[in-house]
Amino acid sequence: MKALRKFLDKQKPHFEDGGKFAKFHSMFDAMETLFFVPDKVTTSGAHIRDAIDMKRTMITVFVALMPALLFGMWNIGYQHFTSYGENPGNWPMFWYGFLKMLPLLIVSYVVGLGLEIIFAQIRHHDVNEGFFVTGLLIPMIVPPDIPLWQLALAVAFAVIFGKEVFGGTGMNVLNPALLARAFLFFAYPASISGDKVWIADKADAFSGATPLGHAMIGHFDQIPSVYKMFMGFIPGSNGETSVLMILIGAFILIITGIGNWRIMVSVFAGGYIMGLLFNWWGANEYMELPAYYHLIMGGFAFGAVFMATDPVTATQTKKGMYYYGFLIGLIAVLIRVFNPAYPEGVMLAILLMNVFAPLIDHMVVQSNIKRRLKRMKLAIK
Amino acid sequence: MSTVYKIKKGLDIKLIGEAEKIIVDLKAKRFAVKPPDFIGCFPKLLVQEGDAVKAGTPLFFDKYRDNIRFTSPVSGIVTGIERGAKRKLLRVVIESDGKEEAIDFGAADVDKTDRDAIVDKLLKSGVWPVLRQRPYAVVADPKDDPKAIFVSAFDTAPLAPDFNLIAHGNGEVFQAGLNILSKLTSGKVHLNIDEKNTTSKVFLNSKNVQINRFTGPHPAGNVSVHASRIDPMNKGDVIWYLGPQEVMTIGRLFLEGRYDAERIIAATGSEILHPRYYKTFLGARITNMISDNVTEGNNRFISGNVLTGAKIEKDGFVGFYDSMITVIPEGDYYEFFGWLKPGFNKFSFSGTFPSKLFRNKKYRLDTNLHGGVRAYVMTGKMERVFPFDIFPLQLIKAIMIEDIDLMEHLGIYEIDAEDFALCEVIDTSKTNIQDLIRNGLELIRKEMS
Repeated sequence: MKALRKFLDKQKPHFEDGGKFAKFHSMFDAMETLFFVPDKVTTSGAHIRDAIDMKRTMITVFVALMPALLFGMWNIGYQHFTSYGENPGNWPMFWYGFLKMLPLLIVSYVVGLGLEIIFAQIRHHDVNEGFFVTGLLIPMIVPPDIPLWQLALAVAFAVIFGKEVFGGTGMNVLNPALLARAFLFFAYPASISGDKVWIADKADAFSGATPLGHAMIGHFDQIPSVYKMFMGFIPGSNGETSVLMILIGAFILIITGIGNWRIMVSVFAGGYIMGLLFNWWGANEYMELPAYYHLIMGGFAFGAVFMATDPVTATQTKKGMYYYGFLIGLIAVLIRVFNPAYPEGVMLAILLMNVFAPLIDHMVVQSNIKRRLKRMKLAIK
Repeated sequence: MSTVYKIKKGLDIKLIGEAEKIIVDLKAKRFAVKPPDFIGCFPKLLVQEGDAVKAGTPLFFDKYRDNIRFTSPVSGIVTGIERGAKRKLLRVVIESDGKEEAIDFGAADVDKTDRDAIVDKLLKSGVWPVLRQRPYAVVADPKDDPKAIFVSAFDTAPLAPDFNLIAHGNGEVFQAGLNILSKLTSGKVHLNIDEKNTTSKVFLNSKNVQINRFTGPHPAGNVSVHASRIDPMNKGDVIWYLGPQEVMTIGRLFLEGRYDAERIIAATGSEILHPRYYKTFLGARITNMISDNVTEGNNRFISGNVLTGAKIEKDGFVGFYDSMITVIPEGDYYEFFGWLKPGFNKFSFSGTFPSKLFRNKKYRLDTNLHGGVRAYVMTGKMERVFPFDIFPLQLIKAIMIEDIDLMEHLGIYEIDAEDFALCEVIDTSKTNIQDLIRNGLELIRKEMS
C-alpha cells in the first residue's frame, strides 16, 4: 500500500500538464483515485464533508445489482440445460451462465470506459463513475446470445449519443443503459426479440418464449406459474427475470438512501392500477390477466428498481417523482396490452418519461413560484 | 403562550469537543477588526500604526456608506495594519494596554431617546455593525425600516456555544438592548428560543419582544428558518438580525455610555484538550485559547462553527460575529480504497456506511473532501436537510446560469449561504455550494444598487 502510494507519487508528475504523458491524465487520475481517496481538503464553505462520494454511491448500486446478476448467471445455465432436458446441477449451470456473461461484461466495460476516458481527457474532466453501473446494467438487460459486436455498437451509441453529446454525466436526458437496449431493439430486432433468443444455445424443439411472448400471441395457458415468475425460473434478459433478487436490490438501494423509493413504489402502483383498469374493461383475454401479473412479468420490476430511479434522467422534485413513476407503470402496461409490435413496454415507457421528466419538474417548480408570487401580492395588500 | 415551531428537516452532526461549562479569563493581548468579516464593505482607514486608541475610536469606515464606522473594541496601540493581495485590507490589529479606557458616548434613558438619536449613537460608537440585514447578510442600512428584527437565543450548529451560560447574570443589559431594538423597527422584535434547551431566565422573561419557540435539528437556529416560519420574506422586504451577545453590547452602550465589546467565546473541537469558554473582548487573538491546549499535528483552526466558520491561522483572531472557535484535524492524507472500506468511523448522512446504525455516536471529523468533484448526479438529498419551501438544486442551477429573475422566483431572498451549509456537507458531488449562493446574492446586490 505504501509502496503503491510511493509509486503513484513518483509517476504523477509525468501525467500533469507539461509531463510526457499529459494526454493520459484522466486515465491516471481514474486509476489513482480508484486506489486512494485523494488528500484534497476543504478550501471554502463547510469544513467537514460527508464521507460519501460518487464511487461509494456507485459501488452501492453495484452491490444492489449483485443478487440479480448472480441469479441471472445461474438462470442462463438453467434455461439452457432445461431446453435439452438435462440437469447437471447448480454449479455447472452457474458456470455455464458465468461464461456466457463474462464476454458481455468485458465488452461493455472496455468499450464504455474507453470512450468515457477519451471524452474525459478531451474535456479535461475527471472520469465520472456513472459508467461503472451503466456498464453492468447493459449486459443484464440483453439476451444471453447477443452478438458481441452488436453489444459493442450499442454501448458506444449509448455513451456517445446518450450521454456525451449532452455534456457528459449528469446532463443526459435519456437513461444510457436503456438507450443501448433501445438501439439494439430497433437496429437488430432479430437479436433481441421473438421467442428464439432468450435461452442460450436453445434446443430447437424447445419453446423459448418469455411469459410476455406467450401473452402476446394469446397462449395464456402457457404462462408460467406466479411462483416461477416471481423467483425468476423463466427465460428472459440476463439479469431481469427474478423479482425476488430485484427486490433484495431495491431493499439495499432504499436503506442506503441511494435509490428513490418514491419512484419505485409509484411505478409499481401505476402498473397495478392500469392492470386493474384493464381487468375492469375486460375486452380481451390479455386485459383479463390478473393485474399483479404485470408487475412480475418481463422487465417491469427491473425497470422500476434500477432504471426508472436513475437520478439524472428521472424527475428531481418530490412531487414530480410520484407523477413520473406512476406514468411509467401506466404506460408500460398500456404498451404491453395494446401494441402488438412491442411485447415489452417498460423500456419504452421509461425512455418516454425520461423525455417528459423535465416538463413534470417544470410544472412542480412553477407551482412553487406561483405560491411565492401570491404570498407577495397578499403582503402588498 | 408562545407558538412552538417544529422543524423536521435538517441534520445534527454530532462532534467530539463540546465546551465544558466553565468560563476562564482569556487575558488576550491583541485584538483585531477584520474588514472581510463585513460582506460588501470597502474599508477606508482612519488610523495608522502606532496610534493610540480607546474602545470606540474609529479604525475605518465603509467607503460606500461613510456613516458606518468600525471602531476599536479595546484601548491600546494600533500595532498592525495587514493587507493581502491587491492591498486589500485584511485586519487592523490593536495591542491592548489592559486599561479598558473607553470613549464616553453618554448613558441615556432608553424610553426617552428617539430613533434618530439611537441610530446616531450606535453609528458613532461603532456598535452599529452588529446589526445585519437579510437579504445579503450585509451590515444593516440605517435608512431602512426593517419589517422585523430577529434575535436568535440559540444556535443549533455543531458544538455551538450555550447562550444560557453566556447570558447568565446579564438580564438587565439584555433587556435594555431589546428595548433599543424595539425602537428601531416599526414591526416586531422576535426573540427566538429553543423549546427544550433555552432555560435562562434572561431569555424566558424578556419583555417588549415576541418570544417564539423552535425545536428540531440544525438549521433550526438559523435566522432564515425563523423568518420563513414567523414572517416570510418577500422581494423588497428587509429584516435585521443579531445574536444575544450583540444585543448585550447595545444594552451596555445605552446603560453605561461606552462601547463595551465584551464577548464570551467557546473554544471547541476534537483537537482542543480542554474545551471551555473564555471571557474576552471582540476580535481576540486565539493564541491563549490554544497554547498547550491542542493536540499535536496538522490542525484546522476555524473562527465559528465547522459548517460556516472562517479558516484562521493558529495565531489568528476571532471573527466579528462569532461566539466560538473550532479546532479539527486537517484531512490531507490519502486513504487506500477509502471508498470501498466499510468505514465504521465515517460520518455520512446516506446509509452507505455502517456508522449510520449508531445514532448517538460522536465523531472526530477532519477536513478531507472524501472524494473528487463531480457533476450533479444524486437528487432528492438536499431537500431532506433544507427546511424551506424552496427547491435547493433548482435554485443552485439558476445561480449557475446567472438568471436573476429565476433566482428571485425560486426564493433567493429568503435564504443565505449558511442555510446551504448542510446541503454542501452531504453533497455527493463535493461542490462548494455556499460560495455559489454567496455569488448569486452578490450578483443581485450589485444589480440592485
